[in-house]
Amino acid sequence: MRMNTRTLSAAVFAATLFIAAAGCKKKVAAAPPPPPAPKVEAPPPPPPKPQAPRIDTFVAEPAAVQRGQASTLRWSVANATNMTIDQGVGAVQANGTRQVNPNNSTTYTLTASGAGGMDTRSVTVTVNAPPPPPPPKPQPPKVTISSSEILSREAQEIYFDYDMSDLRADAVRAATANADLLKRIFAQDSRFTVLIEGNCDERGSAEYNLGLGDRRATSLKDFYVMQGLPADRIKTISYGKEKPVCTDANEACYQKNRHDHMAPGQ
Amino acid sequence: MKRIYILMSAILAVLLVGAVLLPGQRSEINGLITSGEKPAIAVADMHGSGAAEQYMDAFNKALWDDLSDTAQLDLVAKTKYPLVLPQQASDFRPPVMFSDWTRPPVSANYLAFGYTAIQDDQILLFGNFYNLGQPTAQAAQIIANRYYGALSNDGARKVAREFAADILKQLGIASLSGTKIYFVSERTAKALGDAEIWSMDYDGSNQRQLTRYGTSSREPAVSADGKLFAFRTLVRGPAWNIRVHTTDTIRNQPFFNPVSSLIQTPEFTPDGKHILFAETVDAWPQLMMADIDGGGLHRISNVKAIETSPKVNPKTGSDLLFISGRSGHQQLWRMNLDGTDREMLTSGVGDVANPAWSPDGHHIAFCWTRGYEPGNLNIFVMDIADKVPVQLTSNSGRNENPWWAPDGVHLVFSSMRGRVTQIYSMLADGTNVRQLTTQGNNLQPVWAKGIE
Repeated sequence: MRMNTRTLSAAVFAATLFIAAAGCKKKVAAAPPPPPAPKVEAPPPPPPKPQAPRIDTFVAEPAAVQRGQASTLRWSVANATNMTIDQGVGAVQANGTRQVNPNNSTTYTLTASGAGGMDTRSVTVTVNAPPPPPPPKPQPPKVTISSSEILSREAQEIYFDYDMSDLRADAVRAATANADLLKRIFAQDSRFTVLIEGNCDERGSAEYNLGLGDRRATSLKDFYVMQGLPADRIKTISYGKEKPVCTDANEACYQKNRHDHMAPGQ
Repeated sequence: MKRIYILMSAILAVLLVGAVLLPGQRSEINGLITSGEKPAIAVADMHGSGAAEQYMDAFNKALWDDLSDTAQLDLVAKTKYPLVLPQQASDFRPPVMFSDWTRPPVSANYLAFGYTAIQDDQILLFGNFYNLGQPTAQAAQIIANRYYGALSNDGARKVAREFAADILKQLGIASLSGTKIYFVSERTAKALGDAEIWSMDYDGSNQRQLTRYGTSSREPAVSADGKLFAFRTLVRGPAWNIRVHTTDTIRNQPFFNPVSSLIQTPEFTPDGKHILFAETVDAWPQLMMADIDGGGLHRISNVKAIETSPKVNPKTGSDLLFISGRSGHQQLWRMNLDGTDREMLTSGVGDVANPAWSPDGHHIAFCWTRGYEPGNLNIFVMDIADKVPVQLTSNSGRNENPWWAPDGVHLVFSSMRGRVTQIYSMLADGTNVRQLTTQGNNLQPVWAKGIE
């Protein structure tokens, strides 16, 4: 068939060249009509192809879980004969669900194959680590600091009459409360000691007031010891009139300065 | 010394006559110190050559003050002097006519004169001191010396003081030059109650910080030779203890403290071998005596009363003054070191504090609230022989801690006027009061001889 067509084409070409040459030189006579094209038969239609496998759905529900929680894979496949999911899930039906329980974030791949080919789709289940455990509760502050604070907050000043070192009625009440306070502090803090500071108003001489302040401190210490407190944890010092809390020259100020103050020992 | 004795005898005589002298009667005491057989001295104002003249105001004032402060000279007022003042020996040409000075109105026994000039960038004084009772200038000349000092007002004052000290020495009169006042100052305190021990010259100059412990150091005492000072301190707190330091190098000397809640009022014995102090024993401050290093401790009082401030008689060394509440109020007491011959020297009323012996052991200074509200302390002196108290201060704040100067005629004391306490000096009759400190609170002065 092909040879025939080529021969014809060559003949037509030769004839065309001849006519053209004649025409350039001089008018020539009309060429004969070309032969009819040979008849060609149409080829047969190809056979119908089988349909390709198709994954319509492959999802994880929910897509993110806390560690220890489960997620459900759900899928739907068409035109496939073999369906498998990796990560140990294995062969599955065309439509189905499977609960998975990954420890860490995992990507699952569904492969569907059949006569028409193959299709794959992946879905990832994200596993979130659980929140960290709460931090330990802060330790309570050290006991000695607390004792000093308790003392400075709760201990009462012990006030005295002019030129006196014995405890008057209001001083006995305050000293009794102080003794209870000291018992509490000593019980919870075995190393705590207290310093009783004896003070005076400015009217006596420095020397006499130093002695008087010493007696005021000792008088309070004796009271505490009588209340059952250990003598070796109570120290005394006199500041006489050398550390006044108030410096005006009147009785209100003098009274403020005639006092025992309790301070943490050293 | 002879003059001091005469002075003290005169004080004694008037006290015997005067019984209890109240403030209004103080003029009688004034008369004691300022009248009587005292040498009359004329002190001619001096001038300086050229640039030296600018320092002569300071010079002339210092010379006058130093001679006047002794209270044992009669300084003739300058307004009475002749118009032409001598400057050098050659101004008295033969025949010498001292009569301008010896006759009224001047009536002087002695004459100080001279002039200054600048030499080698120093001020140079040519100082002369004449006994006008002599017939010739040569015989009259007691002092004809040169004195050098820095070219400043301070240098001029130093030169004046050296000249004055020479004059006093020639007349046998004790000078305060070279003496030191030890005291407590709160001027550097960072916390309430902090105080350090300081020293200064007799006129308040040359103030110097001796301790730098940054805590409370108080109640200085100085040994008779001026070489040691003791004080009450919290250096090794939280209990009070006594420390002993050298005065020149401030070296710590070992002193073993007894264990007590309170140790206070240290004082040296006159021989410098022992220290007395008050120590709280069984809740009462009691008098104790120990060796200079704290060994050999023994108790010299035993009574249920506050006893402080032991002060041993500088002349006898065997009896002491102290303050005791054994009769009720704090009073002045005296007893022998062995506890015998105990007697109360004050009347029993008011509060007494801070006893101090005069150098000759005949007089006592102390502070007392007698006749006033509690706390209104004033300075008193008393002759130990008749025990008559004479009040020296009044209506001038709260006055405490009197201490005798080595010359036996001056006192130093502290006075709280307003809310500030400062140190003052005065004559032992209460006159001639001078403020010596100004910065911060200054108190508890002790006047000691200097160390050469």
